[in-house]
Amino acid sequence: MAFTFRTIVLREIIQRKGRMVSGLLAITLGIAVIVAIQSVTTVSRQVVAKKLDLLGANIMVLPQGANVDDYYSADVDVPTFPEEYVERIATSMLPGVDNMSPKLTRRIKVDGSSVILTGILPANELASKPIWQASGLMGAELQAACAPSQKKESSLTENDLKAQRKVVDSLSSSDVWVGSLVAERLNLKTGSSLPIEGRTFQVTHVLPETGTIDDNRMFVHLHTAQQLLGINGQISNIEIMGCCSEISDGLLGKLRNILPDTRITTIGHIVNTQIETNTLMAKVALVLLVIIILVGSFSIGNYMWANVEERRREIGTLITIGWGRKHIYWLFLTKSIILGLAGGILGYIVGTISAVLLGPYLAGLDISPVLTYLWWSLLVAMLISLLGSWYPIYRAARIDPAIIMQEI
Amino acid sequence: MFDINGLTKTYNRSRQQVHALRNVSLKIDTGSFVTVTGPSGSGKTTLLLSLGGLIHPTEGSVKHGNVNVYDLSASRLAEFRNRTIGFVLQTFNLVPYLTAVENVMLPMLPSGRNGTAPKKRALDLLGMIGLADRSDFLPRELSVGQQQRVAIARALGNEPEVILADEPTGNLDPSLADEILDILQDLNRNHGKTVVMVTHSPQAASRATRTLKLREGMLIQ
Repeated sequence: MAFTFRTIVLREIIQRKGRMVSGLLAITLGIAVIVAIQSVTTVSRQVVAKKLDLLGANIMVLPQGANVDDYYSADVDVPTFPEEYVERIATSMLPGVDNMSPKLTRRIKVDGSSVILTGILPANELASKPIWQASGLMGAELQAACAPSQKKESSLTENDLKAQRKVVDSLSSSDVWVGSLVAERLNLKTGSSLPIEGRTFQVTHVLPETGTIDDNRMFVHLHTAQQLLGINGQISNIEIMGCCSEISDGLLGKLRNILPDTRITTIGHIVNTQIETNTLMAKVALVLLVIIILVGSFSIGNYMWANVEERRREIGTLITIGWGRKHIYWLFLTKSIILGLAGGILGYIVGTISAVLLGPYLAGLDISPVLTYLWWSLLVAMLISLLGSWYPIYRAARIDPAIIMQEI
Repeated sequence: MFDINGLTKTYNRSRQQVHALRNVSLKIDTGSFVTVTGPSGSGKTTLLLSLGGLIHPTEGSVKHGNVNVYDLSASRLAEFRNRTIGFVLQTFNLVPYLTAVENVMLPMLPSGRNGTAPKKRALDLLGMIGLADRSDFLPRELSVGQQQRVAIARALGNEPEVILADEPTGNLDPSLADEILDILQDLNRNHGKTVVMVTHSPQAASRATRTLKLREGMLIQ
């Protein structure tokens, strides 16, 4: 092996490894804490996001002036806006818009009883629209990137199912789905015939009780509803299933830019909780990162300072035999870089193993190693090491070589 | 070789001025073996450091050939020390975690020599001073005499013209001291090296072709 600056550094580290442990430990533990917290946080956020996505649509696009006191009835009897807005959102390709459902809702009388008629566009029609094909948002791809497929989800609780507004796959122009209250009041069952605004529909589904205003709704095809109500090409709202992490990253603002003359709202308590949780986690991680960088830098700086002091005579000798400042800089920088690399790799390994082993017990989460964190670990470890080392290195290069003449 | 003119070095110690060298002027010829003697604090080491480009004089100049040493930039001065001067010190100052051969290679690193040439050169030098079989020993595994010989080999790493030795036999018993003086004399006589050696020892001073005496920073002989 060629004799280089690296040889000298490695030899010094190996020969004096006991003294290096404290310096390396500071970087390793700091990085391990960051990696472990980040691993748990990321999985935790994904789990929360999935659970929230299971609740269905969480963003509603309404006309300006709509009352949003109750998310579930906000679309009833509001002014309308063009159905073409759906395509505007689709063509904008906003990340986090996982599914959309345009609706037209009006109160009508059926058999002398007041019910809410809601026109919906089934998923198969949304997917077959040319503009959706052009934007690549077809069929199953409408499912959330961060939300699990509803069909595959077998672990939903009863409450989850109640709260969920399922995507309607297909709906013919003569079909009607009725809510549980409507079915009870009008004595309807699957297969019953029902006259609405002069046309006869067949009940193809009686929906289970949800405990919301949806129990008092009847659902027909959107375009059928537009014809019945005489407002073709208009809708009263668009429900969007937004990925919660994207919502916290400003999805609502981007939607408002695309549709400036609408009112865009969320299921406030749920989304706000998620945003607050995400923000809190991000802040905690940032505070920890800053503390760890400061403590780590101080610790590595302390070690490097002691190392330079201990090696004053050696450095003086090197300067005497013709090493320039740049060589001294390079000698200690190499050491700092090696410490950073070692601390980053060890910290990543310790942090990941800790998260994988402790995650299930402490957080109830199954954690998988994230390779991306290795690169971040190396970057942060190098930052800690260089930040802590720069002043001792600066001092080392300025040692007076006359020190070699002093008696030991 | 060296032309020293009006060299003065004053230190400030505890708000008092200490005159280490006072208006010293002398010439040192190429190929000479010069010893510098004098009582402690007479300025011997300061003179040696001044010749090696390690101490900026308060006044005066040190010329090596046509080059005024202290007009050089810091990096050029380092280069001057690396290529022209070989230092041998009383306390050897070997790097404790490097082997004998690696210590000898240390001055070759900044000069950018690559490949196997530096190691071959270092082994040759260790062979020349009779330590070929100790090349992979750490300094603590060598006797003091062997350590000083490794230090001499290190000083010769870049084939310098000049060897500046500060009390090279100060930590050695008389027989070992003789061995070291023999090596230095051999380098002077047979390899053309100019040797400037600070010493307290009359025995060491007797090896020189010229002896300088300093007292209170002044050259008296």
